[in-house]
Amino acid sequence: MTIDLNNLKAGGFIKERGKDLFTVRLRVPGGRMAIPRLKKIAEVAEKYGGEFVHLSVRQSIELININFKHFAAVVEELGEASQKVASCGARVRVPVACGGCEYNPNGLVDTQKSALEVDQKLFGAPTGHHKFKVAFAGCPFDCPKSATNDVGFQGAVVPKLDPAACIRCGLCAKNCTPGAIIMGEGSKPLLDPHPCIWCGDCVKVCPTGAWEAKRTGYNVRIGGKWGRNPTVGTLFATLLPQEDVVEFITRVLAWYKDKAEGLGRIRLGDIIIKEGPQPLLEYLREKFPASVVAETIPPQIIDNQIGARR
Amino acid sequence: MTTIDLRGVCCPINFVKAKLALEELTTGDVVEILLDDGEPVKNVPRSLKGEGHKLLGLKETAEGHYLLTVEKGEE
Repeated sequence: MTIDLNNLKAGGFIKERGKDLFTVRLRVPGGRMAIPRLKKIAEVAEKYGGEFVHLSVRQSIELININFKHFAAVVEELGEASQKVASCGARVRVPVACGGCEYNPNGLVDTQKSALEVDQKLFGAPTGHHKFKVAFAGCPFDCPKSATNDVGFQGAVVPKLDPAACIRCGLCAKNCTPGAIIMGEGSKPLLDPHPCIWCGDCVKVCPTGAWEAKRTGYNVRIGGKWGRNPTVGTLFATLLPQEDVVEFITRVLAWYKDKAEGLGRIRLGDIIIKEGPQPLLEYLREKFPASVVAETIPPQIIDNQIGARR
Repeated sequence: MTTIDLRGVCCPINFVKAKLALEELTTGDVVEILLDDGEPVKNVPRSLKGEGHKLLGLKETAEGHYLLTVEKGEE
């Protein structure tokens, strides 16, 4: 029997405990699953897999108990509904995203569009070192936990008030969870920019559109990871335009590939801790001067783990 | 003016009750909706705006509840 090993190149076929059995991780960028694809997956899982599928933490559907003899058939039949297999190993993984802004009332940015774009252009690219994860959150509530990724994007708006359109109802101040807006003299809203988290709640609740988005984009945190030694990524850019996302990640990847050379299996965050955040900050600033922040701190170690860090 | 009392009603039941009460009215009618502080006063106005109703004002009552004035929007 011949097995087409090309299917295994990008990963996504993960050895299970049982003899001959593999988990097949499916590519579901941003967790959005068209119903016809879902039906096809159910059909294939029933035909070749075990009694259930597993929903991974990163929004994939994983087919369980697939015999390696059936790889080609599984890939081909999933392909009938344009369903592809995901990756594993030292590659750019399938991006995670929240529901975005089309139906979700909190979403400020089209995270689904970003996740699809990154998936199309960067999925499976070998990093040469370790895995590389990207996530998109549509607002600062950040359900996808963007800062736990190698590069995490968080949608944000900077609000601006048109005083002429304001009816002085006070809904913005009442809705402002961080307390950045207070009602001043003559019931005029006053914004203190310091506590403002750019969530856009004022824009969303404003009855007349007096609060509007002055700037919209992604706040970008870099160097996060979870696992054995978790680190939280730190702020490298603010209000990055949505159209710059792929180029931004590409530049981070280029820096990572270069700096991690010869260091073996090492994540981006650990390289930043080793080099300090300044070199990456400067490298990114050359291309994205309007978005990259003046200074930042290294990825933050969660230092209460079992086993001392070396 | 009609007052819809939604004190003690949690999200999203308060919004659905407000929505059903507004359905009984005619476009342009103005009502007051009495809401609890916290999540209700944050969520209900936004959701009503999303449904196409016009928010006219918000007042805190002496007891610490909120009185939202709403004009019924187009059907």
